[in-house]
Amino acid sequence: MTQKTLYSKPKSLTDKVMHYCPGCSHSVVHKLLAEIIDEFDIQKDAIFIAPVGCAVLLYDYIDCDTVEASHGRAAAVATGIKRVKPNKQVISYQGDGDLLAIGMGETLHAANRGENITVVFINNAIYGMTGGQMAPTTLVGQKTATTAAGRKPSNEGYPIGACELINTLQAPYFIERCKVNDSKSIIKTKNILKKALKYQMEDKGYSFVEILSNCPTNWGLSPKDSNKWIEDIMQKNFPIGNFRDNGKEA
Amino acid sequence: MLSKIILAGFGGQGIIVAGKLLASAAMKLGKNVTHFPSYGAEMRGGTCNCSVVISDKQISSPIINEPDVAIVLNKPSKDKYEPKCKTNGMLILNKSLIKDETKRTDLKVGYIDASEIAERIGNSKVANMVILGAFAKITSLVNINSLIDSLKDVFPTMPDKLLDLNIKALQEGFNLAYVI
Amino acid sequence: MEKVQLLKGNEALAEAAVRAGCRYYFGYPITPQNEIPAYMSKRLPEVGGVFIQAESETASINMVYGACSCGARAMTSSSSPGISLMQEGLSYLAGADLPAVVINVMRGGPGLGNISPSQADYLQSVKGGGHGDYNLIVLAPYSVQEIVDLTIKCFDLAFKYRNPVMLIADGMLGQMSEPVVLPKMIDVKDDLDWVVGNGNHAIIHSLYLNPEDMLEIHNAKLQKKYEAIKNECIEFEKYLCDDATSIFVSYGTPARVCKAAIDELREKGIKVGLFRPISLWPFPEKELNELASQVANHSGKVIVVEMAKNQLEQDVKLAVNGKCEIVALNKLGGAIFNETEIIDFVLKDRK
Repeated sequence: MTQKTLYSKPKSLTDKVMHYCPGCSHSVVHKLLAEIIDEFDIQKDAIFIAPVGCAVLLYDYIDCDTVEASHGRAAAVATGIKRVKPNKQVISYQGDGDLLAIGMGETLHAANRGENITVVFINNAIYGMTGGQMAPTTLVGQKTATTAAGRKPSNEGYPIGACELINTLQAPYFIERCKVNDSKSIIKTKNILKKALKYQMEDKGYSFVEILSNCPTNWGLSPKDSNKWIEDIMQKNFPIGNFRDNGKEA
Repeated sequence: MLSKIILAGFGGQGIIVAGKLLASAAMKLGKNVTHFPSYGAEMRGGTCNCSVVISDKQISSPIINEPDVAIVLNKPSKDKYEPKCKTNGMLILNKSLIKDETKRTDLKVGYIDASEIAERIGNSKVANMVILGAFAKITSLVNINSLIDSLKDVFPTMPDKLLDLNIKALQEGFNLAYVI
Repeated sequence: MEKVQLLKGNEALAEAAVRAGCRYYFGYPITPQNEIPAYMSKRLPEVGGVFIQAESETASINMVYGACSCGARAMTSSSSPGISLMQEGLSYLAGADLPAVVINVMRGGPGLGNISPSQADYLQSVKGGGHGDYNLIVLAPYSVQEIVDLTIKCFDLAFKYRNPVMLIADGMLGQMSEPVVLPKMIDVKDDLDWVVGNGNHAIIHSLYLNPEDMLEIHNAKLQKKYEAIKNECIEFEKYLCDDATSIFVSYGTPARVCKAAIDELREKGIKVGLFRPISLWPFPEKELNELASQVANHSGKVIVVEMAKNQLEQDVKLAVNGKCEIVALNKLGGAIFNETEIIDFVLKDRK
């Protein structure tokens, strides 16, 4: 009887056991990116920016050239890299604190310059690595380590919509918000990431993909319930969908 | 030999470039030179100055507290630098814009109708060159040819027509300067 | 040989960087160094380089970090307040062994201070202004020609040691024009195996999570590198020191004024000399210590002259190590010495 390989781990994913909590979306998105890199055959042409946050050790898992950035500066580091290596695919992988709090300036200005990079934004509405503190995307009323009674707009303001903000700028080429809380949306997200990266390979300019992600541990939910929370609560605040696709056929 | 020269006037009168031309001309004569502009918020219309030091030896500081020569293109600059000039120093005045008498009696004073001459030969903006020509005549610290030779270095992209006007301005200043 | 040109310090610096192979400049405007980005924005496109006016000094230094990760010759420049903002990035550059060149055209502080020349960022520069045990190589020019020569050296040292290098000048050196001779365009061929962009799974990082072995080993490597730099990169100038009974120690702008003061003092029969550190880190400790012995034999003094308070003086004290008396002449808040003040100080001190 002959055996046929139906599935194998992406070549660009290392064998290292991931340190992410069980059920965490980071692992899912890492794998999607590794698959896409294999499919485009750009393992030697992709350069990742690892952020400060849970994904700081991204280079242990995705087998590509990687530069670790200081907190919030990933878009500036990506700019420096892309300007030196315009033919490489630069992927800046960032969390909500990194991208929208400490790195808001770098995020918006890289987008505004239309840097030909792909930014992958993991929005899980909380700070994971430091122990569940409020993020710029924490929902109103959401309890975190630093909003014990829930986020109060009178004190902490409102959650920030990254896609909405970036969509006010003229230069970005592609902006989309998606999610990875069920298999259907995971497949959809893969296609969106693939499109974003394709645009970079075609020198189209800045592409931004926000992925609504879970953080079961800091949300205090099971992985299953956390995925449900994305579905029932989180996406009401952060509506998924395409905000801009300049490459879309008219 | 060590000469400390201050050029001063309104922003927009070409003070900084005139200083640069002077320094450049002295450099061509084999001197050590420094040129130091007032920098910061002064733009067109504000007061503006620059310091040029010319020496046979290494120059310690480009900053001048007591100038040997003050070249002043407007009244506020005369008011500011007349008191600062070194004892028995020199003041070179743009007579077109400065009508007051000089208060100090120790100073040698040179005059030139820089703005009027500049206007007469075609453009009031070359008053800076007219007064530099006068400076060359009165002090002999640089000669008129070294100033003319330096024009191309300081204004590398200047069209020939404007170069000619600047040369004319330098020459007129040289010819018409007088000392009382 | 190239001809002598009259060039402004900031512009000479920018052209020297280009000739040293710098093709990437990222910076944010701040006085008194604005001529550097202005020059680069025009010049770099002519040589196939890239200029970006960043959104902040924080972004600038991190763009440099990205470019250096690819092995490019990249630089940024700023003045004191902007350099404060870059301290985080400098620590990361040091931690990741990246060869960046950073220029600080110092101005008066603290806070917004003023735009006049100052040396008040000495300690921040030489002691590592950011977090962690690290050192920048710090060079200090005192003329426009030396700005040119040392800017080129900055790139050489940065790549030789894979270490960030800082050149500290001040508003006076940046703004003044002097005759200079520029070197020819250097044909740079950096063949680097550690850079990203070759697809070799290169990783540029400064995170070493396992404290008991990895970060300690990394730090030991850094320290070994710093030792090598200390042995190989000391640079200084001695002016009329051989017969001197007292010695000025000064760098940058005030060192020029000291030289003029020395000439006048010697005419009065007072034998003073100047010890001018050019590499501020590594500091020429041994050489100054030897001079201190000479000064002690004459019952003379070491006179620190700086446009700051007790900054250079701290390193001088460490170097002299109690061998002779040290006095200091300071100028704060963006003011500049004139030679009369220095001469008067010496004459008064002798009474």
